[in-house]
Amino acid sequence: MFWEIARRVGRRLGMIATLVLLGGLLSATMVRLAPGFDADERELDPTLSVESVQAIHQSRAGERNVLSFYRKYLFGAMHGDLGTSHALGQPVRSLLRERWPVTLRVAGLGLLLAWIIASAMAFISCMWRHPGNEILGTTLSGAFLCIPAAVLALLSVIFNTPGYLAIALIVFPKIYRYSRNLLMKAYALPHITAARSRGLGEARILAWHVLPLAGPQMIALAGITVSIALGATIPVESLCGLPGIGQLAWQAALSRDLPLLVNLTVLVTLVTLLANSGADVMIHMLRPRSV
Amino acid sequence: MNTARKLAYGVVLAVCAASLAANWLAPAGYAKQFREVPGAPPSPQHFLGTDEIGRDRFARILYGTRISLLLAPAAALISTLLAALVGGLAAYVGGVWLRLARGFTDLFLSLPWLFLLITVRALMPLNVSPLMSVFITFLILGLLGWAASARVLSSSADALRNSDFVLQARASGLHGSRLFLIHVLPNLKPVLYAQFWISIPVFILAEANLGVLGLGVAEPLPSWGSLLRELEGLISFREEPWRLVPLLLLIVVMTSFQLLLSNEEVTA
Repeated sequence: MFWEIARRVGRRLGMIATLVLLGGLLSATMVRLAPGFDADERELDPTLSVESVQAIHQSRAGERNVLSFYRKYLFGAMHGDLGTSHALGQPVRSLLRERWPVTLRVAGLGLLLAWIIASAMAFISCMWRHPGNEILGTTLSGAFLCIPAAVLALLSVIFNTPGYLAIALIVFPKIYRYSRNLLMKAYALPHITAARSRGLGEARILAWHVLPLAGPQMIALAGITVSIALGATIPVESLCGLPGIGQLAWQAALSRDLPLLVNLTVLVTLVTLLANSGADVMIHMLRPRSV
Repeated sequence: MNTARKLAYGVVLAVCAASLAANWLAPAGYAKQFREVPGAPPSPQHFLGTDEIGRDRFARILYGTRISLLLAPAAALISTLLAALVGGLAAYVGGVWLRLARGFTDLFLSLPWLFLLITVRALMPLNVSPLMSVFITFLILGLLGWAASARVLSSSADALRNSDFVLQARASGLHGSRLFLIHVLPNLKPVLYAQFWISIPVFILAEANLGVLGLGVAEPLPSWGSLLRELEGLISFREEPWRLVPLLLLIVVMTSFQLLLSNEEVTA
């Protein structure tokens, strides 16, 4: 079993490394091909001399060839140098170090809150099948599913609520709907009806018969929700004025900041893939084995 | 068809019809300014009041709905065709092409949708004509939103490639495009239709997200995104509840789409 898991983890890590490298290259190519990449607002400053304008123009010369830029970037990254942001004039490494805790807190708390609310509502609606529970869950999740993430972020600003609440409300309907369907399917199985008819308590049925069936898919969903929460940090942090990775990505895209965008794409891809792979490995470890 | 789905059909059709009839229903054009009444509350002349620069809000909602509701299906069509090309065709051909297509799809799926969308739109020019901004916004939606559909189509096409009837058709001497067009494509149609319909509400929401962030359709053209952006200056819901109408309309239309898509499609 150990070797099987090790082989699986090794294959996964290889795939993650490939996708992360390709993600960075894709991002660099997109920024390079973006209209106006070569233009720098400072070049329009009439107070600058011709030499200064030429120096500004030359400072981006190394970024015109994407492959050459990416090779240099990878070489630097291996030595701990992630480059310097054009727009903010700071080393990318220190920017990421400053901003990452904010995003971790906002996205982490949002995810935690979303999972608590959604799974509690899903369990209540499946265990005690009262029409009121069903209507409340479906209406709430349906309503939040219809509101764009950026509008929820705006409403969070208007009502002066913390940013993580907006993230929680963006992720909550996806978790509720999927976990409720999974639990409903599990509860409808004949052996659960048989267990109920033999007088088994609801808690015992849930722990021994429902969760082992629905659990693996809920773990997979947990991996996917990390990606949704990370994506939601861009509108939430930008509109709520939270200085995290989402706001940094927003600033980097608007200023076509190549070094910053490549690093952020690599980081976001890495986190998303690690979350999904972590969920996969956990599912594999929890899967019952035939002797 | 149950009552809820009939009602949902009715709502979507009514909203589409009203937006198409905007030229007759709207009291003024979407850009016409009533400079003497900026930020006015609802009145017989302006059903939903006017915005900060005096444009009739009801007219802007009608024209904005037309843009969002008509162009989201166009973007969905582009993304479904791309998904069919990348996922469906590659799975049908198999071998290296299938592995390449799956790798490419995985690459796009490993980037969060909102991150990819907002980043790419921000990289595109923002100071363009309103019509060009509509074109860029919905083209980006179509070009970036194919990955999830491609994954589904790839699995379906792969299953079809190895199915008994395709094997028999091959054994009978049918190959290439003829086999694909006669036996594979008709069987992929239901999956293609489902992916197309699922993509429409996703793209409507995506456009709204871009609009609220100021990356969507440029002024003075309205869209649901730019109309929702008005919420930014809202101080109190109680004092100006009519400003919530675009959000309520979006919720009603999106709920109708959710009801129209069958349970299997929504939960897939």
